[in-house]
Amino acid sequence: MNNDEFNADLLKRSPGSPRTLFGILMTGLTFLSAGIALLPLVAVIGFVIAKGGSRIKLGVFTELPPTAYQVDGGGFGNAIQGTIILVVIAALISIPIGVLAAVYLTEFGKGTKLADWIRFFTNVLSGVPSIIVGVFAYGVIVLNLKNLGIGNGYSTFAGGFALSILMLPIIVRATEESLKLVPPEVRQAAVGLGATNFQTVSWVVLPAALPAIITGTTLAIARAAGETAPLLFTALFSQYYLPLSEKGPNALYEPTASLAVLVYNFATRPFENQKELAWAASLILVLMVLLTSIISRIATSRKVY
Amino acid sequence: MTSLSKDSQPAVQPRSSLDKNLDRGFIWLTLLFALAVAGVLIWMTVVVGIGAIPAMLKYGVGFIFSSNWDAVNDEYGALPQLYGTLVSSIIALIFAVPIGLGVALFLSEDYLPTRIQVVIVFLVELLAAIPSVVYGLWGIAVLVPIMKAIGGQIYNLFGWIPIFGTPPSATGLGMLPAGLVLAVMVLPTIAAISRDALISLPPDLRQAAVGLGATRWEAIIKILVPAAFSGIVGAIMLALGRALGETMAVTLLIGNSNNISASILAPGSTISSLLALKFAEADGLQVSALMYSALLLFAITLLVNVLAEMLVRRVQRI
Repeated sequence: MNNDEFNADLLKRSPGSPRTLFGILMTGLTFLSAGIALLPLVAVIGFVIAKGGSRIKLGVFTELPPTAYQVDGGGFGNAIQGTIILVVIAALISIPIGVLAAVYLTEFGKGTKLADWIRFFTNVLSGVPSIIVGVFAYGVIVLNLKNLGIGNGYSTFAGGFALSILMLPIIVRATEESLKLVPPEVRQAAVGLGATNFQTVSWVVLPAALPAIITGTTLAIARAAGETAPLLFTALFSQYYLPLSEKGPNALYEPTASLAVLVYNFATRPFENQKELAWAASLILVLMVLLTSIISRIATSRKVY
Repeated sequence: MTSLSKDSQPAVQPRSSLDKNLDRGFIWLTLLFALAVAGVLIWMTVVVGIGAIPAMLKYGVGFIFSSNWDAVNDEYGALPQLYGTLVSSIIALIFAVPIGLGVALFLSEDYLPTRIQVVIVFLVELLAAIPSVVYGLWGIAVLVPIMKAIGGQIYNLFGWIPIFGTPPSATGLGMLPAGLVLAVMVLPTIAAISRDALISLPPDLRQAAVGLGATRWEAIIKILVPAAFSGIVGAIMLALGRALGETMAVTLLIGNSNNISASILAPGSTISSLLALKFAEADGLQVSALMYSALLLFAITLLVNVLAEMLVRRVQRI
């Protein structure tokens, strides 16, 4: 072949060719879809801040929910108390079980068929609709409490139990990820110094993974606090504070208010005051999720071991 | 010096039996809890299944084909709810799949510097973190009025097509707004997992395609997307599983009417919204009928999730 006849233009991309135009079109579409995807995020957060922000006053955190014809004032002090108690119950149940289960999966059962199956079940469990978890908690706690004659069964404890089931797979997964980040040399060093498995895990591996586990757990808690469906027929709702000071732990056998159910109840009411409170409660739920997500993001981006 | 050697003891002592038992006990304890986590799924199936037995015996398979929900005469059927569950999820996927894939491609190509990419990935994931009930509240206040106006226009122009065959209800609630909010809620699932599947592809694939003269988009469409296909399908299945069981936003937006309409502008209801609305006040056989419908939803989502999990797993193994 003669070099002089070589036409370098053939190697250039011609701007008008259908292939180039198609590429530009598709690239434009992906930019567009990213824009469309972020639009609802901005719209939801913007509206929640705009509508809820103006209603957040000090009284909102202490007063009880307004009745239908109360035009002004009122708050959701009882719902905040309820949400905190529900989440604490859920955390007390799910954190020990979840963390130890993850310890088995990463430390002792690693690579076995059994661990694989357990991981599979855990992943499927995390996809179970939250309303089904509510039905489950109803069957396990509410019906049994009712049969035992303890109140009518609808109780704070049942709500906390339902939330714990939702948190469980998230905590297992988060802990597993954190434990995997601990380098194997750390374990080898501990075992080399004569530590038993128990000592290695509890004195060396878990402390090393602790910051990451705490971040994952905090995220799980923030998510659980916004869950509504599993509480609708377990913890129900209450117009008042839980009578903890009078009844002590027995108060957990009674229904409780929660921020999430309050938003649901007030969202469809025709009364402006109640609607405003629904927005204010939404703002608190959204801020909680946003802040924990951002903080955990910053915390996990600095991995030091 | 002899006294020293007399005092010195072997540096390593055999472990006490307490130590050994503690150690063994600890391993068993972790195993027990790991089994407990997996066991919850089975426990759940048993509890919901047992609760559903009275209704299953009374209504049998006919429950799926009846559209009666009559607490006075104890006649129950979940056909409209099954229909609504499927239709609202399909609407959600119709919107969420193309946009989610677009986002996944946008974030797996080198359009943006990595630092900005990471921020956008985070923002998309935040969409999944906003509580469902907040989406519902927002939907009622913001989306429904807009969709009512748009729906009215669609009805005027395309009313002759059955899926737009009814005018929007007076409240504006219906399948379409519910499906749209569902789309927003499942979009992060599709985008994040499809992106994972795309960026975990070996770089040789793209290099080979481009080396043979493919443009960026020819490489994406002919090589990369087919290679990541099972991961993308897994992502869509996971999103479907979420959409089928999503409760609060749907309950607030779908209108909760016990009817079957071909029109997506008409109100409907889903199994989850039925449970959310009726469960707290139900007793007797109605509880069992609700458990029966919960079992149906559970079975459908379980099937979808298991398939999705298997697909996504296969990708992770490659």
